[in-house]
Amino acid sequence: MTTTGYAPEVRARLDADAADIVSRYPQARSALLPLLHLVQSEDGYVSRHGIEFCAETLGLTTASVSAVATFYTQYKRRPNGEYTVGVCTNTLCAIMGGDEIFERLSERLGVGHDETTEDGRITLERVECNAACDFAPVMMINWEFFDNQTADSALEVVDRLIAGEDVTPTRGPEKVVSFKEMSRVLAGFDDGRADEGVAAGGASLVGLEIARDHGWTAPSYDAAEREAAASAAASADAAPGVGEEHSSADRPAGSDADVETEEKR
Amino acid sequence: MTSLTPILTRSWGDETPWKLESYEKAGGYEGLKKALGQSQADLVQLVKDSGLRGRGGAGFPTGMKWGFLPAPDGGPRYLVVNADESEPGTCKDIPLMMADPHLLVEGVAITSYAIGSHHAFIYIRGEVVHVYRRLLKAVADAYAAGHLGKNIHGSGFDLDVTVHAGAGAYICGEETALLDSLEGRRGQPRLKPPFPAVAGLYARPTVVNNVESIASVPAIVRGGADWFTSMGTERSTGHGIFSLSGHVTRPGQYEAPLGITLRELLEMAGGIREGHELKFWTPGGSSTPIFTAEHLDVPLDYESVGAAGSMLGTRALQIFDETTSVVRAVSRWTDFYAHESCGKCTPCREGTYWLKQILHRLEHGKGEAGDIEKLVDICDNILGRAFCALGDGATSSITSAVQLFREEFEAGMTQPASELFPPERSALFDYTPRRSAGAAAGAVHA
Ligand SMILES: Cc1cc2nc3c(=O)[nH]c(=O)nc-3n(C[C@H](O)[C@H](O)[C@H](O)COP(=O)(O)O)c2cc1C
Ligand code: SF4
Ligand code: FES
Repeated sequence: MTTTGYAPEVRARLDADAADIVSRYPQARSALLPLLHLVQSEDGYVSRHGIEFCAETLGLTTASVSAVATFYTQYKRRPNGEYTVGVCTNTLCAIMGGDEIFERLSERLGVGHDETTEDGRITLERVECNAACDFAPVMMINWEFFDNQTADSALEVVDRLIAGEDVTPTRGPEKVVSFKEMSRVLAGFDDGRADEGVAAGGASLVGLEIARDHGWTAPSYDAAEREAAASAAASADAAPGVGEEHSSADRPAGSDADVETEEKR
Repeated sequence: MTSLTPILTRSWGDETPWKLESYEKAGGYEGLKKALGQSQADLVQLVKDSGLRGRGGAGFPTGMKWGFLPAPDGGPRYLVVNADESEPGTCKDIPLMMADPHLLVEGVAITSYAIGSHHAFIYIRGEVVHVYRRLLKAVADAYAAGHLGKNIHGSGFDLDVTVHAGAGAYICGEETALLDSLEGRRGQPRLKPPFPAVAGLYARPTVVNNVESIASVPAIVRGGADWFTSMGTERSTGHGIFSLSGHVTRPGQYEAPLGITLRELLEMAGGIREGHELKFWTPGGSSTPIFTAEHLDVPLDYESVGAAGSMLGTRALQIFDETTSVVRAVSRWTDFYAHESCGKCTPCREGTYWLKQILHRLEHGKGEAGDIEKLVDICDNILGRAFCALGDGATSSITSAVQLFREEFEAGMTQPASELFPPERSALFDYTPRRSAGAAAGAVHA
């Protein structure tokens, strides 16, 4: 039963993907959010056809599908640009410079919040805290991290997008994929890029580096070692010196690999 | 002096810690193998004895939550991991899952076994695509290695794990809204009781836990309750990730025993950025009342922060120096709550709208007589009357900021925040302000 406006071969492909998505859940309706991401991977937004497709697949009314789609900011009611450039303007990033970054990008692109450039390439957005405050100010392009931005660095990245070049996030894959490709990942389809990019950015490692410099480790899993360390610490009456031998959990914080990663930054 | 205790963060600096072989080489999935040899009741008791409290904000004892599940009735029960991390300031779960997704997957497997769940879900916010990729791959690799799936390590225990991406809505971090969202609905909170332990996902018994809570479980299984309680305070045991952001020399993730102070953390972080001093900070994200330099020595554990008038929350320490307008900060947080209010209940839906209008006036130097009283009044009307904790959280920064910095709100009757506190002085990069267009910084979020 294919009453939606998709061409038969497109519909067949979507049906196969939808079956995969539905199979992940004990109850089919749970598939609705990933299905909407799937629709965006096909159409670049939540289209009328897409809503009908979700409704048919899950046996829901189009009204109830729409009601869900409009609740979530990632679902777009109008065709989205190939790239969403999001500037975090929640309090912390805004004050660290996010407001200025947004203003400058808005000037350069000639669009405001939630608007798309005429060529359909870039949608500009103010975004909320993206769980990267220690990297403020933060910019997200198709929801990949561009950390520690300045107005100039952000403009440079956006200029490259305008020029049709690929851009590389600070923490993420080798290149930012298109909005449609990204939406397919969000529907739960691996694009083979998980192993690309770094494990962590600089700020994520700060505490670890300080611990290593001070020779601090977590308590040992071994109770006897723990007690020995505690009494040693008590008699030393001070924090252990740098590089001092210490009991540690079985995976030491400071391995050679740490140093390598640090040097690469 | 408290020292740092890298446990959850330990591998993050390694070469490819997210890969299964790296994780296994470092002793990964040993906790799962050990757990599968124990009884479920012993595991629940172990986590109770460890004193582990939820790391998602509320600090509810994790083992006790698991213990609330009714006796098995033959039907399904679920574990749902809350990986929605969206509380402003909170930035610990996302780097954890990016660097070490298997740590979470192992925690999921152990917890599922302990509570008798055969299907677990990880609900991750949709705005972190690469983290979602890493989780998808970690789960697929864990299946292939026999850490998930049928008859795990010959134990007879079966477990499926689904990683589910949200689509942008802060409220979906509230556990019952999350469950509605996971059922394919609008993410709106449910009336409690019944609590998820009794009627959660698909109205079945469900445990909802934060990423960091679940990721803490494998080490507790390996090290034991005594190991965990050798860190922290008596009622706030163990380790936690403290996230420093803002005007500090070295912002980042600091994993330490609960009870460490901001003074100690700042010392490690190289202090407030050079030439500046601390003005205010959030101990646990934007939903917790703000603190000032007076609170530098408050031990960051649940009890002490509570006694000092705020909440430990998610240990999201957002730090602001003297260049920062508290009115601008609070106004922007309020924009956030007004935007994210799900609209289900009137005090929050209407209240956050009005708070936003008033704060915009004050931020632009156009406050009206009685505005400050109105702010406090509206907050009083939301607090305790809102359907869920989002509404309460929306009032925290306002009420505390008016108490601590009332004169700045009064100045907002006549002077724009951008004049009193030129935004370029707060920014982390240099730029030439263009003030001509009239309080440029205030023009946003119109
Ligand atoms: C508005 C709101 C947002 C929340 N966001 C999150 C979140 O992103 N992650 C999280 O773990 N808990 C969040 N919580 C808390 C959850 O409701 C719940 O307490 C938590 O997931 C339980 O896990 P825990 O006991 O392991 O902390 C939020 C609560 C509210 C009211
Ligand atoms: S307090 Fe706000 S977010 Fe919570 S139910 Fe009410 S309207 Fe929705
Ligand atoms: S405030 Fe911008 S990432 Fe948190």
